[in-house]
Amino acid sequence: MARHRAPPYGRRMITELGHFALILAFGVAIVQMVVPLVGAHKRWPGWMAVAEPAAGAQFALTLLAFGALMWAFVSSDFSLRLVVLNSHSMKPLLYKISGTWGNHEGSMLLWVLIVALFGAMAAWFGGNLPPTLRARVLSVQAAIGVAFFAFILFTSNPFLRLATPPFDGQDLNPLLQDPGLAFHPPFLYLGYVGLSMTFSFAVAALIEGRIDAAWGRWVRPWTLAAWIFLTIGIALGSWWAYYELGWGGFWFWDPVENASFMPWLLAAALLHSAVVVEKRESLKSWTILLAILAFGFSLIGTFIVRSGLLTSVHAFANDPERGVFILMIMAFFMGGALVLFAARARALEAKGVFSMVSRESALLVNNVLLAVACFVVFIGTMWPLLAEMFFDRKLSVGPPFFNAAFTPFMVMLGLILPIGSAMPWKRAVITRALKPLRYVFVLAIAIGALAYAIQSGRSLLGPLGLFLGAWIVMGTIVDLWGRTGRGENRLRRLGRMPRADWGKMVAHAGLGVTMAGVAGLTAWSMDDIRAVPLGGSYDVGRYTVQLDDVKRSQGPNYVSTTGSVTLLHDGAEIAQLRPEKRFYPVAQMPTTEAAIDYNLLRDVYVVIGDEQAGGGWVVRTYIKPLTNWIWIGCALMALGGLLSLSDRRYRVAAGAAKTKQVPAQ
Amino acid sequence: MRALVLALMLLGTPAWAVQPDEVLSDPVLEQRARTLSKGLRCLVCRNESIDESNASLARDLRILLRERLVAGDTDAEAVAYIVDRYGEYVLLNPPARGSTWVLWAAGPLMLLLAGGVGLVYLRGRARTPGEEQAPLSANEQARLDDILKD
Repeated sequence: MARHRAPPYGRRMITELGHFALILAFGVAIVQMVVPLVGAHKRWPGWMAVAEPAAGAQFALTLLAFGALMWAFVSSDFSLRLVVLNSHSMKPLLYKISGTWGNHEGSMLLWVLIVALFGAMAAWFGGNLPPTLRARVLSVQAAIGVAFFAFILFTSNPFLRLATPPFDGQDLNPLLQDPGLAFHPPFLYLGYVGLSMTFSFAVAALIEGRIDAAWGRWVRPWTLAAWIFLTIGIALGSWWAYYELGWGGFWFWDPVENASFMPWLLAAALLHSAVVVEKRESLKSWTILLAILAFGFSLIGTFIVRSGLLTSVHAFANDPERGVFILMIMAFFMGGALVLFAARARALEAKGVFSMVSRESALLVNNVLLAVACFVVFIGTMWPLLAEMFFDRKLSVGPPFFNAAFTPFMVMLGLILPIGSAMPWKRAVITRALKPLRYVFVLAIAIGALAYAIQSGRSLLGPLGLFLGAWIVMGTIVDLWGRTGRGENRLRRLGRMPRADWGKMVAHAGLGVTMAGVAGLTAWSMDDIRAVPLGGSYDVGRYTVQLDDVKRSQGPNYVSTTGSVTLLHDGAEIAQLRPEKRFYPVAQMPTTEAAIDYNLLRDVYVVIGDEQAGGGWVVRTYIKPLTNWIWIGCALMALGGLLSLSDRRYRVAAGAAKTKQVPAQ
Repeated sequence: MRALVLALMLLGTPAWAVQPDEVLSDPVLEQRARTLSKGLRCLVCRNESIDESNASLARDLRILLRERLVAGDTDAEAVAYIVDRYGEYVLLNPPARGSTWVLWAAGPLMLLLAGGVGLVYLRGRARTPGEEQAPLSANEQARLDDILKD
């Protein structure tokens, strides 16, 4: 154990270099914030051109700082306070790496790294932007960077040293030592910070004083990318909660989950309204407002996690001083952007004219529903605080409230989705839009009715979920098929449909699959809790669970209690399961590793508990129908987003390389 | 070392959510208890119901709830009994009483408001013909066409 010695000089040098690079990046960001903005105002090309190399330099320096911190974690440099608090020399390598962002300071460094990355990407791929817009976008992006660099350097410096390094660290929270959770935060940050790019575009456009179809087209890839990352990040977190927390919950309406869900809802709304800006030059000021608010909710999310204002299972390293700092950042960016919006929004004249029944209006309804749903989540999350401040009532707002208050909006959204997406732009005839959908509707109703008939209870939730899922999935397929026209060669034309159309279909179908999964799991799951003697067996539904053995063993930095369970279905063995319980002595924390028999129709989820005084072990068994549909749906949504993103019309650099290419059409 | 770790493990093992010894023999009563405990908050936890929580206080509340149900309380009486002792903070689903109706009405009211604004906007869009011509300069139009071409 006592093999520890002071880290060699070179290794400590790397840490110092990282610290220095971080300070330098802060300086570069200040230059990038000021010089191009002045340049754009005065029309000085030389000053505007500073933005591009500055964005590259800022990214390179931040990457260096982040790399140095990661090196400190990987090499267990216990002269760094952060490494001592969050790492341990015996921790597996993967979690030494992910430990870099598994704490407040490191995760903020990852946050600015992504801010800088997006800024650099906008600089490299933004060749087709008008020079003034590009300079302003990069300047606003740098301003966000400046705020967070200052936050890190002044309140949360990851490079602080300890005068007397201890022999070993205090280990990372064992719950975070999991592959699913290792990659949950980076994806979420990519999403949150991706929205900073949309915000920068919105503010730059307000400063420019004009927004046109081209702006809509430039802003969409960034929104789409942010939304894809948020989808993946949220799904990873939810999946992790499902298999790790030991009872198969997948969504808790915890303040921090809500903090990631609100930007997702607004980003989804923004994706749709940006289409209207791009195709029809309408909804401009609303789209700008959404872009501002979506990033605002990302900041609120950061604030909620870091300030400790709302307690939650996620809260780590919260500190009022940091909370005040983030609140100031939020007040500055939101206040500034909204004042600018109030002053300039009137100048954003809408051009497109459309009738009450049209795709434009359907997308408006989509936006109203998503924004109101986001508002419901917001007020539910903040209500305990508001009630205590204004009404002196200490109360809780938990899952039952959100399930009741939020779900209706999603049901409405699901109902109108296939109809809206079948409508043409400008003017639609409602009967014509509904005509191809009528069989789909009847079939979906039949599926819902069938589910109602064969289920044992009288709950409407499950059948409603299956109906909505079938309605959306089939409706969106029929819609895509309908776009191939008539006559011969429809399949070939289907294959040649633009990727964006395929993306839309796949993402919408994903939403339907997720809705069905959530409803099925919530309505039809079964559970069983009992003490089982070794060798004993019992029935849950049509399954038989048999506890063969329980063994104790030693892992790298934990001790494990593992059960051997045989799962039988109608008497035939279908799986061997190994439910496990771990104890991490350094952190003094237990974790559960549920054993799950995955299947497209149901999961059988087995958890081993404590040894009983009278012999035997506590075993929990859950039958969870349609669970995997939730993650499959999320994967489809992300895939749909990717397909859309890969459509050549929406490429980040669309038009940039045009001079070199021969147009395909 | 290993013996020490094992000893620590035995000391450190938490109580789990619902234990077999808590489960009532009457499945109907037990089902009611499970449903009710999903709506009651574990007071010492962050955002967890007593049905999910491992805390010992949550276990006490689960047992208390089951005692009330066995004693013949209706669902409402059993919950009221616990709220009387632990305050309305214990309810995960705040009832729409007093100021809390604002919370419940917020969503529907916002939908009406947003729907109304949207409707006004839509009527405005539908009634302003003649604005279709793009007031872009020739240069801008050329650039726009250029970008939208591919």
